[in-house]
Amino acid sequence: MNSWGFQVDALDVARWQFGVTTVYHFLFVPLTIGLSILVAILQTLWHRTGNERYLKLTKFYGKLFLINFAMGVVTGIVQEFQFGMNWSDYSRFVGDIFGAPLAIEALVAFFLESTFIGLWIFGWDRLPKRLHLASIWAAAIGTNLSAYFILAANSFMQNPVGYRFNPTTGRAELTDFFAVLTNKVALVTFPHTLAGSFLVAGSLIVAVGLWHVIRNSDSADTGAYRFATKFGSWVVLISSALVMVTGDIQGKIMTDVQPMKMAAAEGLYTTESPASFSVLTVGSLDGSRELFAIKLPYLLSFLATGDPNGTVRGINDLQAQYASQYGAGSYTPIIPVTYWSFRFMIALGMAAAAIALLVLWTQRKGRTPTSKWLLRAGLVMPVLPLLANSFGWIFTEMGRQPWIVFGEMLTRNGVSRTVSLAEVLTSFTAFTLIYAALAVVEFKLLVRYAKAGVPDLTPAPEPVDTDDAERPLAFAY
Amino acid sequence: MELTTVWFLLVAVLFTGYFILEGFDFGVGMLLPVLGRDDRERRVLINTIGPVWDGNEVWLITAGGAMFAAFPEWYATLFSGFYLPLLLILLALIARGVAFEYRHKRPEASWKRRWDQAIFFGSLLPAILWGVAFANILRGVPLDADHEYVGGLFDLLNPYALLGGVTTLALFLTHGAVFIALKTTGDIRERAGALAVKLGVGTAVVAVAFLTWTLTIRSSAAAVVLAVGAALALVGGLAAARARREGWAFTGTAVAIALAVATLFAALFPNVLPSTLDAAGTLTATNASSTPYTLKIMTWVAVVFTPIVLAYQGWTYWVFRKRIGVAHIPQH
Repeated sequence: MNSWGFQVDALDVARWQFGVTTVYHFLFVPLTIGLSILVAILQTLWHRTGNERYLKLTKFYGKLFLINFAMGVVTGIVQEFQFGMNWSDYSRFVGDIFGAPLAIEALVAFFLESTFIGLWIFGWDRLPKRLHLASIWAAAIGTNLSAYFILAANSFMQNPVGYRFNPTTGRAELTDFFAVLTNKVALVTFPHTLAGSFLVAGSLIVAVGLWHVIRNSDSADTGAYRFATKFGSWVVLISSALVMVTGDIQGKIMTDVQPMKMAAAEGLYTTESPASFSVLTVGSLDGSRELFAIKLPYLLSFLATGDPNGTVRGINDLQAQYASQYGAGSYTPIIPVTYWSFRFMIALGMAAAAIALLVLWTQRKGRTPTSKWLLRAGLVMPVLPLLANSFGWIFTEMGRQPWIVFGEMLTRNGVSRTVSLAEVLTSFTAFTLIYAALAVVEFKLLVRYAKAGVPDLTPAPEPVDTDDAERPLAFAY
Repeated sequence: MELTTVWFLLVAVLFTGYFILEGFDFGVGMLLPVLGRDDRERRVLINTIGPVWDGNEVWLITAGGAMFAAFPEWYATLFSGFYLPLLLILLALIARGVAFEYRHKRPEASWKRRWDQAIFFGSLLPAILWGVAFANILRGVPLDADHEYVGGLFDLLNPYALLGGVTTLALFLTHGAVFIALKTTGDIRERAGALAVKLGVGTAVVAVAFLTWTLTIRSSAAAVVLAVGAALALVGGLAAARARREGWAFTGTAVAIALAVATLFAALFPNVLPSTLDAAGTLTATNASSTPYTLKIMTWVAVVFTPIVLAYQGWTYWVFRKRIGVAHIPQH
């Protein structure tokens, strides 16, 4: 206990570090996942049609993609190391199961992604066109594949399957790897995460395109930007529909495998049948007393169980059940965090879709939007689904608490026993500082390159004394 | 062969591949201020590794993942025990990776200078710290009966481990100089070739001292043979560098690094992290491993995918095989 009356231990700092570094990492990942495919689609359009507009857009958004890609790569290494550094007892406990998807992710997905991204960056005008196009697709597939393996690993923490607890070794051991890979939580979280990522990537394409359409309307490339805003808007609309469909399935699975998380999402203390969906509830600080509420009857029952009269179990019931099942203690997540992160996730995602609709409407039948308000809405647009992604992760991870592996291991038992508070504080501070500095640098670069617009395609004069057969590959660095 | 042995070998192979490949990346990064006298020269140097450095780093991520999957106890103890060195390595790799990508994104000299510093220090720190870390793995560290690391930071900074750090630093510098000589044309190629020879002599002395010390701590017949092979390969590489046979020089330093890493793993086997305290604390390939079922699945995945990865990564090197020089660097 310090002089301010609260106690900080290595566990708290390790949790904050995991939260900060993971949310930060996942600011870049959705863009990498979504833009890799969207840029590959743009390049394919160019390849098929020969229309230079698509080439310009490929190079333009490709540059933004790469500025973002670098950050995703370097912050990803931290994630793999962090399990061993801060969560070594967790690593010991689940390594037999959890390590495999991580290793496979590296071998099968990361090699593909990083090798072919190198070929794509340095292969412009040098590799045969078809091969160059194949490179961006290979990199994009690698990126999207990596999401599957890491989500399968995460899903084991939410809904452990395909294992048994071995009392001799004191750890969870794999009995069915196929069950781990086809965990129903993973199967639905994967499309949900991907759709959420395309929501971000599509929004960025719209924001940048719209800025040029409105602010730069006499540009010779307006046609390209108009195409980009429409293309991005459709991506946003389609992916927001997919986010909703997959989110709905997720809700039902969550009710089944993590009923406490569902109750925590709603701040539902007492079991209800039928249960109403809370649109907005203002409660006491710990969330246990309602002060003001707007509720939609039957909706929660329907969302959680598929039956408008279905029973949704409340926090109090579940807490009592877990206490008798796992021993005395609190098995309830921090309700205001889960309740609000769940709502922010939904609201922010829907807001992006609404703006996309507006953008399409203002460009109907060849019209050109000029509204300053639309421009402003377009500029905040990418931030909305980006934050929705962050809140989604905060919800799903905080909603799992106090467990690190649901029903098997408590978070507080997973932390490294031999790592001191000073060490964790050092690393937490170091990562936070370097991440904050890089965030500023990255954001400024993105803005700079977004403003610069699509490139001029007249080829740069070749440097002197270069024999064509000896010509090396393109220079990107 | 037992699956635990197979995975000990695979982890060894992954780290060996990582040190050969990222070894020259680190070397290029550290030689940036030495061999790159102006911005165009520095761009030549960075572009020699531009298309491949990211793929090279995946060897580390795969090695870490393989360690986690096959030897969770080893991964858990090592990563929590070597906390601060690993933290520094992570920070260095973050700064350096971003620097490659961002350096050329703005024209200002001050901007480039800052990223050049990130590349230099981001290469220097891991080049030393990996040697320190692996020397400590070989030497052993204080582990209690639960296999938990009970030492402090200063237990890791012993003279043998520091010599290990100097050795990897020297090896990667020489390897990088040889690589630059192999990949460039003109003046840089000449200077890199001359520097490789100078660096190589000192490197050979340090490396032989380190390997000899290693064999006095822990040894096996295989380790002795590998250590002698490493020394011979390094000397051969140096002779080739002197004769400006750059392909052979690079082969020499690459083989030397491979055999030096192999020496450590051969001397270590069957241990993976010896304890300097209670012998019961020692982690071995057996008591640190996953279940046979997990190892079997991982073996199948490795058997299927490793050849594919090696094929396309090797092909990339072939695609980017051309030498580059300042004449190729565009003006903008």
